[in-house]
Amino acid sequence: MPPVLRRLWRFLTMHIDGILLSAVLLLMFTGLLVLLSASNGSYMRVSGQLMNMLVALGVMWVFANIPPHYLMRLALPLFVLGCSLLIGVALFGEIANGARRWLHIGVTRIQPSELMKIAVPLMLAWYFNRNEASLKLRNYVLAALMLAFPVALIARQPDLGTALLITASGCYVIFLAGLSWRVIATLAVVGLGSLPFLWSALHDYQRQRILTLLDPTGDPLGTGYHTIQSTIAVGSGGLLGKGWMNGTQTHLDFIPERTTDFVFAVYAEEFGLLGNAVLLMLFLFLIARAMIITANAPTLFARLLAGAITLTFFTYAFVNMGMVAGILPVVGVPLPLISYGGTSLVSICLGFGILMSINTHKKLVQT
Amino acid sequence: MSELSINPGIEIRDSDRELQRFRGRLIVLGIFVLTLFSLLFLRFFYLQVVQHGHYSTLAEANRISVLPIAPHRGIIVDRNGVMLAHNYSAYTLEITPSKVQDLEATIDDLATIVEIAPRDRRRFKKLLEESKRFESLPIRNRLSDEEIARFAVHRYRFPGVEAKARLFRQYPQGEMFSHLVGHIGRINRREVEQLEKDGRLTNYRGSDYIGKTGLEQRYEKFLHGTTGVEEVEVDSGGRAVRTLSRTPPISGSNLVLNLDARLQEVAYRAFGDRRGALVAIDPATGGVLAFVSKPGFDPNLFVDGIDPQSWSELNGSPDKPLLNRAAAGTYPPGSTFKPFMALAALFYGKRTPQQAISDPGYFMFGGHRFRDDKVDGHGMVDMYKSIVVSCDTYYYVLANDLGIDPIARFMALFGFGSRTGIDIGGEVTGTLPSTDWKLRRYKQKWYAGETISVGIGQGYNSYTPLQLASAVATLANDGVMYRPHIVNYIEDIRTRDKTLIEPKPLRELGIKPEHIKVIKDALIGVNKEGTGARAFADTPYVSAGKTGTAQVIAIKQGEKYVESRVAEQHRDHALFIAYAPADKPTIALAVIAENSGFGARAAAPIARQVIDYHLLGKLPKQPAGDD
Repeated sequence: MPPVLRRLWRFLTMHIDGILLSAVLLLMFTGLLVLLSASNGSYMRVSGQLMNMLVALGVMWVFANIPPHYLMRLALPLFVLGCSLLIGVALFGEIANGARRWLHIGVTRIQPSELMKIAVPLMLAWYFNRNEASLKLRNYVLAALMLAFPVALIARQPDLGTALLITASGCYVIFLAGLSWRVIATLAVVGLGSLPFLWSALHDYQRQRILTLLDPTGDPLGTGYHTIQSTIAVGSGGLLGKGWMNGTQTHLDFIPERTTDFVFAVYAEEFGLLGNAVLLMLFLFLIARAMIITANAPTLFARLLAGAITLTFFTYAFVNMGMVAGILPVVGVPLPLISYGGTSLVSICLGFGILMSINTHKKLVQT
Repeated sequence: MSELSINPGIEIRDSDRELQRFRGRLIVLGIFVLTLFSLLFLRFFYLQVVQHGHYSTLAEANRISVLPIAPHRGIIVDRNGVMLAHNYSAYTLEITPSKVQDLEATIDDLATIVEIAPRDRRRFKKLLEESKRFESLPIRNRLSDEEIARFAVHRYRFPGVEAKARLFRQYPQGEMFSHLVGHIGRINRREVEQLEKDGRLTNYRGSDYIGKTGLEQRYEKFLHGTTGVEEVEVDSGGRAVRTLSRTPPISGSNLVLNLDARLQEVAYRAFGDRRGALVAIDPATGGVLAFVSKPGFDPNLFVDGIDPQSWSELNGSPDKPLLNRAAAGTYPPGSTFKPFMALAALFYGKRTPQQAISDPGYFMFGGHRFRDDKVDGHGMVDMYKSIVVSCDTYYYVLANDLGIDPIARFMALFGFGSRTGIDIGGEVTGTLPSTDWKLRRYKQKWYAGETISVGIGQGYNSYTPLQLASAVATLANDGVMYRPHIVNYIEDIRTRDKTLIEPKPLRELGIKPEHIKVIKDALIGVNKEGTGARAFADTPYVSAGKTGTAQVIAIKQGEKYVESRVAEQHRDHALFIAYAPADKPTIALAVIAENSGFGARAAAPIARQVIDYHLLGKLPKQPAGDD
């Protein structure tokens, strides 16, 4: 290989984790296959997603090349910006589908809750890292408040799914930061005790979704429809599936939102239990690799951030598949790397870029 | 290294411990991940292996829809192929009430695009009351191409409203055949229950209509056909994507009638404005050639449910257009009864043809004077003359000599007082009086005086025009009786197999031919030199007939009936029975013209026009008038 190319190759791959990348690419490829079927062979849709993937991979590369301590500097400003935007949404936000989630800024409109998915764990990791030497219960309480503030704003929009996911990512950070088991146990007891009060604070449609989960047949044409049809798709797939492009639930339009949130129903119908097992293994492989990176991260900030990214990724995958399989309520969570949509792809790959950065910059830090 | 050993810094040890603790926490989360993924896998296993059969069934049920394909209903044609009931394809606009929020508003909106008459709305309302919510009901039928195009453009505004191409039943001959052909109508709940009981409901999965009256009802089984099935793959919107399998429907059989539609028309028109009935039968087969009940109604109104206003107009009309006079109207036969009385006398040996009575113009019985309509009487009257001049006194005496029960037994042979069994429904028995009958009906004994007026076809006598026609046909056919039947044969349109209706005689009455000849000669005499002579003057064929006039109200003793003084609906009914040609009859008929006066004047000319057309193909220039 000529030295110029070798240098270019080295420049391109220096901060890339090959194992993580190959897992990501395998999942992306699977995603494209399913999408081709889910969109009835629409190459338009597939090429669009291909573009999204290229952009996402570009973002991954960029973030893999940003040393973690630069991110550390971004934590506070990003968090403050995110919170301000959320307040802006609450005051001037635009209502779509009964929820106030969007904010118009000049030419485009944004959904600040998306930003908080990364800003919250970043902020908490930065905060714990800053107080690493003397972590007291007080710090955990403060961290919990920092988490609660944006979550409350998002839940108010209302966007329960995003609020729960951000809560999860924050909780992972707090847990990994070493919150004592005694406190966790106490919180668990208190939490269970307050469930009835939480229930009464929920919106009607949110309650409806939970009720529907418990008995989807209660409202087969309304809120239960998604769950019933996706469960039928999964169940009818059987052991080996109906074969790629052969899912009847998919191709006869019975699965709603089958390229986005319910894409897994398409996959499960066409590839069966065997395909599901392969997909779970792929996800596990990716998560395992990310955990190893997390375990070997050099600083508390890096460890917490990496852990949050890893487990948030897991949470997305679990919540999405659980929803399609009818054991979790219908929340608007895409299946990471598989579902159609640029935003989700970019934010997931951004996270993996950070993981790669953490993994490849530690030697530089140590030296 | 040396630095570390000299100064075992707390920070590094702490940091180590922190790292160990962090990794411990990470392992906990790793187990958490594995646990939840295992849970997911178990769920997949449950859905995809344990419950796979269940969900496969559900997916198939989603995917496959079994659609019934309604067969084409058989058509009905007359003996010459004139169409009496047929199908044509047209568009209908249908609303599924369960899919529409505000029916009134939707219909108002639709009315801006296609014409919706108040009649359509009323009919829709009525259908709505009778139907289930998820059925689609027609709001407008027979849309023009232009209307369909307009609706197609605005379709998106009307969820739950569909334009469907459907086969419609039509009765091109309208009211002339209303009581005969009958009509179909939307299947109601009672009919659904009946079909279910008969195990025929599955065959009606794709059918909205069923025969309600007339031939449409009686031959429903043959006309309907067999419903086909189509298995189609449908998408979530219920749209058919492709056909998986198809069992084609089998069209219903056609009915070919004995009836001559043009003869029917001649007969119908011959009545002019009068109400009445006419039944013409081919004596040699029992085939019904004409079957008129006037006035009729347009059966097409009933096909999609009649609107309440039209219904109350028909139902409330004093002319009773809904009454099938020919089979369900009963009238005293009047003097048309006399030939049968005379035959009874010969049958029982109570009279010889030559035996004559002297007619003073009345018959006294029990202090009551039974008058002849010729005040001075007819002089010496034998059997021939009694029929030709229609002498009442002869029959007063004869009835008294015979007695009511022998009369009843003889008349029953000819079918008086019982249903003929014609192949449409709604027939009534009429009344053949006897001591038994009176005991059953009134719980009273029969008085001998009541027998007298029975002899001239009055009193309790009351028969349908169909019975009378059937009796005339039997007489014309020398006592060999056929069951009157409108349908000649049922034709399977695939195999072209013909199933003949009633090809065999019902019974032979066992009356001596010489007795029948006496009566037949007298009936020829009626049209040659008697009461029917004027109406049948100058016919190129020899015909036989008998006039009759049936009283609607009783005339008091000593009073005379003056037509112009009696309210129209109380005037006498005019009757006429006839057959021709006399030697080898091809048509036998009975006519009744309600409230029209003397049979000779009002009913006989109708019979003449019908027979003229039947034998000579001659079309009358005008309705059979009084002159």
